[in-house]
Amino acid sequence: MVVVSASRQVASDDQLARLLQIGIVLEEVVEARAHHHVRSLDAELDAAVEALLADAAEESAEHRRRLEALIDGLGVESVPFDEIESLVDARYGQTRPEDFDGVLYDQLCNEETAYKFYDDLIRAIEESDAEFSVDRAALVSELDAIREDEADGVSDVAALMGR
Amino acid sequence: MNTADQYLKAIYVVQNQEDGPASTGSIADALDVSPASANEMIGKLEDRGLAEHEKYNGVRLTDDGIVRARDALQTYCIIERFLANVLAVDDFRGEARELEAVIDDTVAERLDTIIDRRPECPDCFDAETDACACLEVAPASVEQEPGDCGSQTPVE
Repeated sequence: MVVVSASRQVASDDQLARLLQIGIVLEEVVEARAHHHVRSLDAELDAAVEALLADAAEESAEHRRRLEALIDGLGVESVPFDEIESLVDARYGQTRPEDFDGVLYDQLCNEETAYKFYDDLIRAIEESDAEFSVDRAALVSELDAIREDEADGVSDVAALMGR
Repeated sequence: MNTADQYLKAIYVVQNQEDGPASTGSIADALDVSPASANEMIGKLEDRGLAEHEKYNGVRLTDDGIVRARDALQTYCIIERFLANVLAVDDFRGEARELEAVIDDTVAERLDTIIDRRPECPDCFDAETDACACLEVAPASVEQEPGDCGSQTPVE
């Protein structure tokens, strides 16, 4: 029998840690896909697209480290990047985007999805009455900063797509 | 996944189990909510053309409701499979139930890019076990019989 929760709140340290782990995986997916696109289209990418992908990979790595610092405070281990990269490569190693538009569209989806994830997570934390082991204000502030980076990322990709 | 989608998923599973309209009581049990709460949301789903309430019989999803319910069930399957196979979570069912309200379907679609979900999803969802019947959480070394749905390799 399916039992679902109608609550959209984060109720415990464990649940918060799991959601932060999912955030780390999303960032790892972005990073791995950006690396993969650069590798597969290296000779064909124009400088602006290549710079965008490099920045996206760097930003995702930075977000991952910030999320790892948050879950360290909850006493939970992170998710190793090389394993996620292997999973992404296993799925994409045999394929490649058809053109620059495909790469940019994929990157736009990455940024939009990450933004949506952090937006939902922040709301779920703010609606929760639970006591967390990490400082709630610092937690929300950090996630809010990451969410804003994602919003900027959406704008950057959209601008490049509109050239 | 929003609350309406959670209801649609629950109604879909219950009406398939019961092979007919889903009773309000069964829906309330499935969602762990009061019958009054279930009735209220069922009314909203009716207003949106996603469900039809048959007096004394229960609730049946419309075609549009079934499409959305199957999408919601697919999202749930993605979360379960991701937790079991990528994060190696033992209690992936319990955690999926806790997390589904916070995981949007667009986020689930990204998680779906690193799992090996089967083409028959969500038809292979088994309501009795609250998990995909094809979800193999044992090591990949387990040999597959022809016609099996396949197995996943947990990330160690």
